[in-house]
Amino acid sequence: MGWLETLRTSWDAIRSHRLRSGLTMLGILIGIAAVILTVGLGEGAQQQVSSAINALGTNLLVVTPGSSTTGGVRGGSGTSVSLTASDATALGDKSVAPDIQAVAPSNSRSESLTAGSTNWTTSVVGTTPDWLGVRARTVDVGRFLTNQDISGEAANVVLGPSTAQELFGGADPVGRTVTIGNIPFTVVGVLASEGTSSAQNQDDQAVVPISTASDRIFGGSTRTSVQSIYVEATSADTLSAAYQEANQELLTLHHVTDPTAADFTIASQESLLSTATSVSKTLTILLGGVAALSLLVGGIGVMNIMLVSVTERIREIGLRKALGASPTLIRRQFLVEASVLGLAGGLLGALLGIVGALVLPGLISSTITVSPTATVLAILTSIAIGMAFGVYPASRAARLAPIDALRSE
Amino acid sequence: MSLDMTTPIPPVIGGPKTVIGIQDVTKIYQTGSVEVAALGGVSLRIDEGEYVAIMGPSGSGKSTLMHIIGCLDVATAGSYFLAGEDVSGLSENELAVIRNKRIGFVFQQFNLLTSLTAWRNVELPLSYAGVPKAERKRRAVAELERVGLGDRVEHKPTELSGGQQSRVALARALVNAPSLILADEPTGALDSKATADVLNVFSDLHRAGHTIVLITHEEDVAARAQRVVRLRDGFIESDTSNLVGGA
Ligand SMILES: Nc1ncnc2c1ncn2[C@@H]1O[C@H](COP(=O)(O)OP(=O)(O)OP(=O)(O)O)[C@@H](O)[C@H]1O
Ligand SMILES: [Mg+2]
Repeated sequence: MGWLETLRTSWDAIRSHRLRSGLTMLGILIGIAAVILTVGLGEGAQQQVSSAINALGTNLLVVTPGSSTTGGVRGGSGTSVSLTASDATALGDKSVAPDIQAVAPSNSRSESLTAGSTNWTTSVVGTTPDWLGVRARTVDVGRFLTNQDISGEAANVVLGPSTAQELFGGADPVGRTVTIGNIPFTVVGVLASEGTSSAQNQDDQAVVPISTASDRIFGGSTRTSVQSIYVEATSADTLSAAYQEANQELLTLHHVTDPTAADFTIASQESLLSTATSVSKTLTILLGGVAALSLLVGGIGVMNIMLVSVTERIREIGLRKALGASPTLIRRQFLVEASVLGLAGGLLGALLGIVGALVLPGLISSTITVSPTATVLAILTSIAIGMAFGVYPASRAARLAPIDALRSE
Repeated sequence: MSLDMTTPIPPVIGGPKTVIGIQDVTKIYQTGSVEVAALGGVSLRIDEGEYVAIMGPSGSGKSTLMHIIGCLDVATAGSYFLAGEDVSGLSENELAVIRNKRIGFVFQQFNLLTSLTAWRNVELPLSYAGVPKAERKRRAVAELERVGLGDRVEHKPTELSGGQQSRVALARALVNAPSLILADEPTGALDSKATADVLNVFSDLHRAGHTIVLITHEEDVAARAQRVVRLRDGFIESDTSNLVGGA
């Protein structure tokens, strides 16, 4: 009896026990789909974070209030008023920090924007004209904020392309009025799209003069403090020099003698990236662990069904032996049967996982990246589960004398 | 040609070729702490072309003996030579070939696979013998026709009567043209007409030179055989030649 013949016999056996075969496959299917989705979710999150950080640019430093003591967060200090607009001005002084190209302090908050009868909630960023260069953005239509806008607390706004689309549809927004926090703003320009899909939020924002934002929209502590200061080094090579200069300058300004007790944090794209990836790697491992656990649970279910199925069929094994099937052949038959079940369950599970990876992001607004390695590993695991729990009891039964197998209950 | 078999006969001997040579075979079942000796020490010689009926009360060890002869079970002690070959020295894979090609076994409980149709049950020994698919179907159907089931080829065992099932089991035993046919009460579930049909099949096979051993409770079935071996409590009680019977 050749392999093809064995395959046919196995297929007949699978078909003649539809419910049992279906349950076996279901166990594997759910386990595999879970692995693919959870691992994909973790990897998707990782990529999302990485590309958002990459979009910052390589010669950028971000100064934020509060300290980052190694390995933890010093609670509360992040909320204190520790960065001010004058810090930003000082960092922009070429004589103090020659390696710093430009500085842009920024405050941002989510606000509701109204244009006519259209409402749209987005992030409103209060900043200075240098923001454009520091963040490596360009203006598509109209102009960006000017120094006069800042000094005059002008009610001018530059919209992100998505924001403009949401508020005005296809119409040219320049010169139109947008109300933010009851104050009518004039649209003076629209930013060019950042282009990358992963950085969608970069295209959805409204940029206003920092003075206007602090005094007229946000109010409160933002009148004196800033949430972050973007610092652009003259080049990627001078980044560490710029870091030193900014650090020294701020320590002096803040009268901090012990550098480890600084009340601010300076992060580069690289340091942000490594923190973020390590966090999301942990997430992926965690999710993968949960998924592996579900595969294990599925595997135990499969093991149960396989064991019951083989026990049920010991009589059949005895009869086949009595009619001339060698133990080798019986082992082969159950091997093929278990592999077919495992493979079918694995492939269907992979399919379900991939379909889920395509459909789910639309519902839960997060990216799911299907990892080929995880998929292949999961399918191999499912076959291994099928074989381990289907073939071992079958081959044990194949060693019985035919009549003992025939008499078994 | 009457043979007195009350004294044990060595398995390998001159004269007609010995198919079955059993010497001092015992079979002891251990049920909990109780030992049941199904066979207490049986010696039996059956030559090529013989037609032997085994009789005896229920529980006398007939089926047990038959399973050992059919290489489906192993004796607790004693020796068994099949066509001069010591069976205890064979590997499982070698035994599989013997069960497949040389022995046709009809079980007392038929043992049909319920998920397969009649002809698929019958073709099983052929598939293990490596016969091509088309020929398997042809031979399986021919064998079913021989036992009078030509119109039940596509029926599953659950759709057949007890007598029909026993004939499917017979067709399966015969399909590979084995030289040794072992049947455990093949007519137990049959009416007199079907019994006569099946016995005619056996007589034909006997005439064609096959060796037949069958277990029966019915004297008139045993009367068709050449020789009757009677068991009682795991021992051979008598072994007589049928002068009037025979096929
Ligand atoms: N698997 C077993 N475990 C324990 N005892 C067994 C087993 N099989 C058979 N026996 C015992 O061995 C003895 C012989 O059984 P066997 O089946 O050979 O009888 P039999 O002559 O075929 O009877 P019947 O005419 O009813 O079929 C019986 O006493 C039975 O109880
Ligand atoms: Mg019996």
